[in-house]
Amino acid sequence: MLIKFRTDKKGVKISGAKDMPPMPASLGLMNWNKTSSWRNLKPIIDYEKCIDCFICWKFCPEPAIKIVDERPVIDYDFCKGCMLCAEECPKDAIATEVEGK
Amino acid sequence: MKKTMIGNHAASWGAQLSRVQVIAAYPITPQTLIVEKLSEIVADGELDAKFIKVESEHSAMSACIGASATGARAYTATSAQGLALMHEMLHWAALARLPIVMTNVNRAMAPGWSIWADQNDSLSQRDTGMMHIFASSSQDILDSTIISYKVSEQVLLPTLISFDAFFLSHTMEVVDMPPITDVDKFLPPYNPEYKLDVNNPRSFGALTSEEHYYEFRYKMQNAMDDAVGLIKKEGREFEKLTGRYYDLVHSYKCEDADLIFVTSGTIAETTNVAVDELRKDGKKVGNLKIRVIRPYPKQDILKAVKNCSKIAVIDRNISCGYHGIFAQELKGALYNESDIPVWGYLAGIGGRDVKVDDIKEIADETFKSKKPVDMIMKGVKI
Amino acid sequence: MKLTIPEREIMQPGHLACQGCGASMAMRYALKIFGRDSVLTIPACCWAVIDGPFPYTAVNVPLFHTAFETAAVMASGIKAGLDVQGEKSTNVIAWAGDGGTFDIGIQAISGAAERNDDITYIVYDNEAYMNTGIQRSSATPHGAWTTTTPIKHYKIGAKKNMVEIMSAHRIPYAATASVAYPEDLCKKLEKAKNIRGFKFIHILAPCPTGWKSDPKYTVKLAKLAVQTNIFPIYEIENGLKYTQNKKVKQRKPITEYFKYQGRFKHLKKEEVEFIQKSIDRENEILLKKF
Ligand SMILES: Cc1ncc(C[n+]2csc(CCOP(=O)(O)OP(=O)(O)O)c2C)c(N)n1
Ligand code: SF4
Ligand code: SF4
Ligand SMILES: [Mg+2]
Repeated sequence: MLIKFRTDKKGVKISGAKDMPPMPASLGLMNWNKTSSWRNLKPIIDYEKCIDCFICWKFCPEPAIKIVDERPVIDYDFCKGCMLCAEECPKDAIATEVEGK
Repeated sequence: MKKTMIGNHAASWGAQLSRVQVIAAYPITPQTLIVEKLSEIVADGELDAKFIKVESEHSAMSACIGASATGARAYTATSAQGLALMHEMLHWAALARLPIVMTNVNRAMAPGWSIWADQNDSLSQRDTGMMHIFASSSQDILDSTIISYKVSEQVLLPTLISFDAFFLSHTMEVVDMPPITDVDKFLPPYNPEYKLDVNNPRSFGALTSEEHYYEFRYKMQNAMDDAVGLIKKEGREFEKLTGRYYDLVHSYKCEDADLIFVTSGTIAETTNVAVDELRKDGKKVGNLKIRVIRPYPKQDILKAVKNCSKIAVIDRNISCGYHGIFAQELKGALYNESDIPVWGYLAGIGGRDVKVDDIKEIADETFKSKKPVDMIMKGVKI
Repeated sequence: MKLTIPEREIMQPGHLACQGCGASMAMRYALKIFGRDSVLTIPACCWAVIDGPFPYTAVNVPLFHTAFETAAVMASGIKAGLDVQGEKSTNVIAWAGDGGTFDIGIQAISGAAERNDDITYIVYDNEAYMNTGIQRSSATPHGAWTTTTPIKHYKIGAKKNMVEIMSAHRIPYAATASVAYPEDLCKKLEKAKNIRGFKFIHILAPCPTGWKSDPKYTVKLAKLAVQTNIFPIYEIENGLKYTQNKKVKQRKPITEYFKYQGRFKHLKKEEVEFIQKSIDRENEILLKKF
């Protein structure tokens, strides 16, 4: 019998063996896991400077940069603050802000 | 259809009749004839399967695992060093809950190099979570292969079918091959609910914290418990087709026996002959063949031995530092349940022949002895 | 809007890779190309963790976690299993670290390559055993610090030339690539996807944690590795036809690459010179093959 899984904000809820498949088979995706809390630094795109080259989008390892209306938009739920995007931006259009300051 | 064949070929034909879809194997004496025959069977188009000629036994079991994870029926065979090399992946197959059926020709572990019968290779895999059968005839090998797929695919646990090198692997016996149409009725295609499926993408075997790992073991244990009943149930279904029934234990003249031998593998067959001869001499003896050691048939054993006054276990294996493994297991089963004393005997280690007379000697010794002994190393030259 | 690599995202965020992890970049590109009709198998390595714990996954395609040394043959088994069930179009990808490839897994890889099984084997090379805490592997470059090659006994000996070992099997396709050049990498992945038989792609994937580098420099380092010739990128078809994908006109000194990484900090001038010489020598040998 396939386990019908219940989800809450944190993904799948398992109270015991009865909610589990016979083997460790996944029941949901990791994207409930908002990694924003990992961030010390915060990249901020200056859309005046941005030329929509999408280099930041291309390199984001998460990926936490989405394309919205043909522009790169950082999803701060998932951005881990590696600052790779800012480093690679050819127009220096991504500023660095220190989190919690 | 009746055919004479060696035990190894009974394994090959058992796989063929089970319509295995992926075979991955690596040669080792005395298993080689199993895979050679299967290569022929596949090449001749008598079986529609992929045969992956891997570069090691570790890879053989790994390839079977990969294939089984997609929902294909997978098979491999090995022996001794090969089985030991597979060890990590045997745990993997069991914990991933993949119903792979495999054959192991029981051969002594090296060094010194030996190709002769000894059960230490497969008993070292006892705790992997595989079901484990000791077959004692070529017919048993062929039939067990078919029945094991049926049981494995219901409880989602792999099965290891072991039998003695040469005494069985290379000995000709008459084997009744059921028509494949009958086998098809008995064994439907494998179609698991959890598998690698691009339309339902799941990961299998991810990092599992202490919050969940225990529960997976709990589920495995439940599956083993279910297997006890299923082996019997499917055994009866198989009997309807072939007239042959296989249980977890087979007792021979145990009902009124004073002394019961507990045996496995080919020694069990020799012991049946010894029992008949001893009975002619007026000695009330019986033989309890342990066919399945995992799941351990504790209740069946307790029932079979309940009327006897002495038990003599014969082990073709040793857990050095303690004693024979079947003896250990049996004593564990009796503890808290019964006071019947148990004598442990070692015989046949490293392929030494165990004859009817040896078994009769064991009977005499046990009848005479007052106090049970953990281990008596029969025939060891000091 | 002009994108140089496919827009589709299959890999999901929320995964557990460190900040600036090159290995997670590599996976993102691979799945963009291979798409949903793909099955992955991953042995013990950082990616066994990155994907997330039970009951979750981040890759969003079927994934079978496997034992450290088995990625290649696990893929062979999966491919065979799918084939016999008529699922012949599915891409089967073995995805492993350098340890699982250069060291413990090399036997199974050689076996699958010799059989020319129809799978793609991808190694993301972060040049050490990162999952277990930065121990040296045979992919660790000469001179590097790791936790088992402390600075007093830093790694001695060259990095194993894995792509040459693979091409010696005369497999249809072998290539090296770097996460700094996603367009080149994607082209290679696409190529591999359309070739039947055994494909091997070796991707340099910097690891800020293990290389002691700033996460923001992952692409910079992956680029410098190519520009300094310490990690040339090229392809080898059928073990014979070599193609250079990124021509380096004026190679940069290796110090340019080393200076952003803590793992080479201890190296004395003479040692750096020795490394520079060996890079130049290796490059001369390679250039003759193109
Ligand atoms: C047989 C076996 N030996 C050792 C390990 C421990 N182990 C797990 S991952 C790993 C290192 C992986 O290194 P690599 O393949 O380079 O991947 P990375 O972690 O760097 O991504 C080791 C040694 C294991 N899981 N299995
Ligand atoms: S800082 Fe890193 S994680 Fe955040 S958007 Fe930029 S590249 Fe992505
Ligand atoms: S240790 Fe290195 S390779 Fe592993 S997840 Fe972190 S950055 Fe990636
Ligand atoms: Mg590594």
